Amino acid sequence: MSDGPAGGLRLEMRAIRKSFGTQAALDGVSLKVRAGEVHAIVGENGAGKSTLMKVLSGAHQPDGGQMWLDGTPYAPAHPQEARQRGVGMIYQELSIAPHLSVAENISLGREPRRGILLDRAALRSRAQSTLAELGHGQIDVDAPAGGLSISQQQIVEIARSLAMGCRVIVFDEPTSSLAQADVQRLYALIDNLSRRGLAVIYISHFLEEVRRLATRLTVLRDGRSIAVHEVDQVGDAQIVAEMVGRDIQDLYPRSVRKKGAVALEAILPDIGPITLHYGEILGLCGLVGAGRSEILQALFGLELKKDARIRKDGHTVGPGPRHSWAARLGFVSENRKEEGLALSLSIGDNVCLPALGKLGRLGFLSPARRRQNTGQWIQQLDIRCQSADQNIGNLSGGNQQKAAFARLLEADCEILLLDEPTRGIDIAAKAKIYATIDRLVTDPLQPRAIIMVSSYLPELLGVCDRIAVVRRGKIGHPYPVAETSSEQLMKEATRLS
Amino acid sequence: MSLSPYPSTLRPAALLKTLGPLLALAFVWGLFFVFGNRAIGSAEGIESIVQQTVVIGIAAIGMTFIIISAGIDLSIGSCIALCSVVAAKAAIAGHGPAWVISATLLAGIMAGLAIGMLVVYVRLIPFITTLGTLLILRGFALGLANSQAINAQEISWLRFWLNSLPENLKWLVIPPGGWLMIFLAALATGILRYTVFGRQVFAVGSNEQTARLCGVAVDRIKLLVYMIGGAFAGLSGLMLVSYQGQGDPTGATGYELDIIASVVIGGASLNGGVGSVFGSLIGALVMTVIRTGCTLNGIDESTTRIITGTIIVTAVVVDRLRRRAD
Repeated sequence: MSDGPAGGLRLEMRAIRKSFGTQAALDGVSLKVRAGEVHAIVGENGAGKSTLMKVLSGAHQPDGGQMWLDGTPYAPAHPQEARQRGVGMIYQELSIAPHLSVAENISLGREPRRGILLDRAALRSRAQSTLAELGHGQIDVDAPAGGLSISQQQIVEIARSLAMGCRVIVFDEPTSSLAQADVQRLYALIDNLSRRGLAVIYISHFLEEVRRLATRLTVLRDGRSIAVHEVDQVGDAQIVAEMVGRDIQDLYPRSVRKKGAVALEAILPDIGPITLHYGEILGLCGLVGAGRSEILQALFGLELKKDARIRKDGHTVGPGPRHSWAARLGFVSENRKEEGLALSLSIGDNVCLPALGKLGRLGFLSPARRRQNTGQWIQQLDIRCQSADQNIGNLSGGNQQKAAFARLLEADCEILLLDEPTRGIDIAAKAKIYATIDRLVTDPLQPRAIIMVSSYLPELLGVCDRIAVVRRGKIGHPYPVAETSSEQLMKEATRLS
Repeated sequence: MSLSPYPSTLRPAALLKTLGPLLALAFVWGLFFVFGNRAIGSAEGIESIVQQTVVIGIAAIGMTFIIISAGIDLSIGSCIALCSVVAAKAAIAGHGPAWVISATLLAGIMAGLAIGMLVVYVRLIPFITTLGTLLILRGFALGLANSQAINAQEISWLRFWLNSLPENLKWLVIPPGGWLMIFLAALATGILRYTVFGRQVFAVGSNEQTARLCGVAVDRIKLLVYMIGGAFAGLSGLMLVSYQGQGDPTGATGYELDIIASVVIGGASLNGGVGSVFGSLIGALVMTVIRTGCTLNGIDESTTRIITGTIIVTAVVVDRLRRRAD
């Protein structure tokens, strides 16, 4: 299926440089990928991973450096040329034509013809044989691709790359939108690709994933390639240190926690009771789709549940987000871009939105006050930006998330409901958020109460005081962190019946 | 980390963004002035441009609120016509200014409320809703006026706003209606920038889900925004009577496109969350200057339309390039 010697050098990038204006996005990156290996690229957001991949796929032209593909010079002028040369990309955002059939999607742009007519039989058989090769022959090639699940659409995209004869396939954070079972299937598929002698480049935030899949990895930092490792000969601590450029001794700081009075008592029909104290962090884990986010949304009043009873400090909280904010109950959404932030507005507008009344009197507000209040959180949470008036859409994911967090601080929230607060952000921003959470919950004057939902168990075990498993929409009994383990929680989350 | 002590609106890049529409206006006007009939720069020329801009411009102030909130009102032209009929009828029936103005504004606000309720409570999309009210409001206007234009030439307090200035008031430079438009724009800018309501309008338009999550009463904001749009359409109807001397149920046809184009040329995004009231006024002026310039230079109607359309498309393209550069 793929020519070139297995184990030989398939792709080489040497001293690649690329600047946008005065900003150097890539400042000398070298990368060697062998045929038949899965090569991981790790680095913080902004380290240059996506720019590097855009250079590789022909979307950007490098300012300097050279590339070779199977020993011949490679300099694609545009993405089509890169695909013709055999370099395929699987992006986070899938590029499926939803109304076309699976078979049509797989041959998109390279449809088999008989004369001037489309050769439907060849189209279908090509799709069937490619999907069968990938071990997913059960997908109906005549079905519209838009009706497939996300993970099946991803498989169709991979099949497209394979059908085009790609020799290098790049995966850009492919598991971020998949459920656990689909992730396992994708891993098996990637193993399959590398056994066939393709070179796979795998970009990920998750070191566990890298360990599972990759044979080697390259660390990027500030647009440079810092190090190349055999995956089984390097420790996590070293990789993380190379990614952030310094040692992160203690990613999950844990000051002495003092459990205080009851902050929140909720009875949610069909979900279960929840009791939360000041000075503690309750973690909710479970599979994607188990109903974790729905619990936070119900507590916050975004989804109004019939007969739900939510009491804070002994007083009933009215329905809807407005009453929740007024009761000092704040929420960080898991969908930063779709729900969490108004991307065309400034940082200040976003941070101050729930508590605009604080910025003035009688319905008026002072932009200077907004700048001042927001500036305080920018300093405290180390939000990297030019000013509080800067458009929030221009910030990196990590800094956007810190701003979403600042909103709760600006509104003086005493109870914080955090839904996947560190999803898709780099490790330095994660560290800042963990430290902030710890500081808030142990604040001697005003200890907050926090509920945190996460798909990442090490994070919950590192941050929380108690962890409960959510399964099929119901919340289980919370365990003190010291008395549980990721194995036990995983077992409970995946238990059938 | 150091934070810039200046508001971002004062930095060069942002300043250019604010001034963009103004530069376009200066460019278009300068082009006609330098290469065409110099009359466009005379006192009469400027007065005529202002007279023609005020009706569109005042309605565009209200439309800016609607578009910032990610809504649209295609029926604003019909609403202006209806309000002009209400104003002319009330005035010739002998009612005083306070009565006439209240009745006209009320007509506009009620029309806006109806649109807002359809959008908020029936959950229709604004585009389709207002395509319907475009016909409904025009029907009301025709019915109320018996399909006849209502003559209000003799109502001097109404005519005063957009008539040519009498000799003793030449120091005003432009007709009082022009000053009213500028005052209203300043007021609207203040509301959008310095009130809780104004920022909530931006929030609803930028991301409705976020606004809801942050406790903004999204439904109430939308209702208010359409009512504000209606109120400005009412004032615009009054100005139409002042300019034309009659309340015309078939008048203001097609104005919705000029008004929406003004707002978009002024830098607003039809996706919501972005827009500026003074930008919209400048957009309205750009359109009038092109029309007046073409007329003064004897350019025929077909070419005038092609030029106007090209300017609208160019403005949107330039705006997109500008955003991409951000």
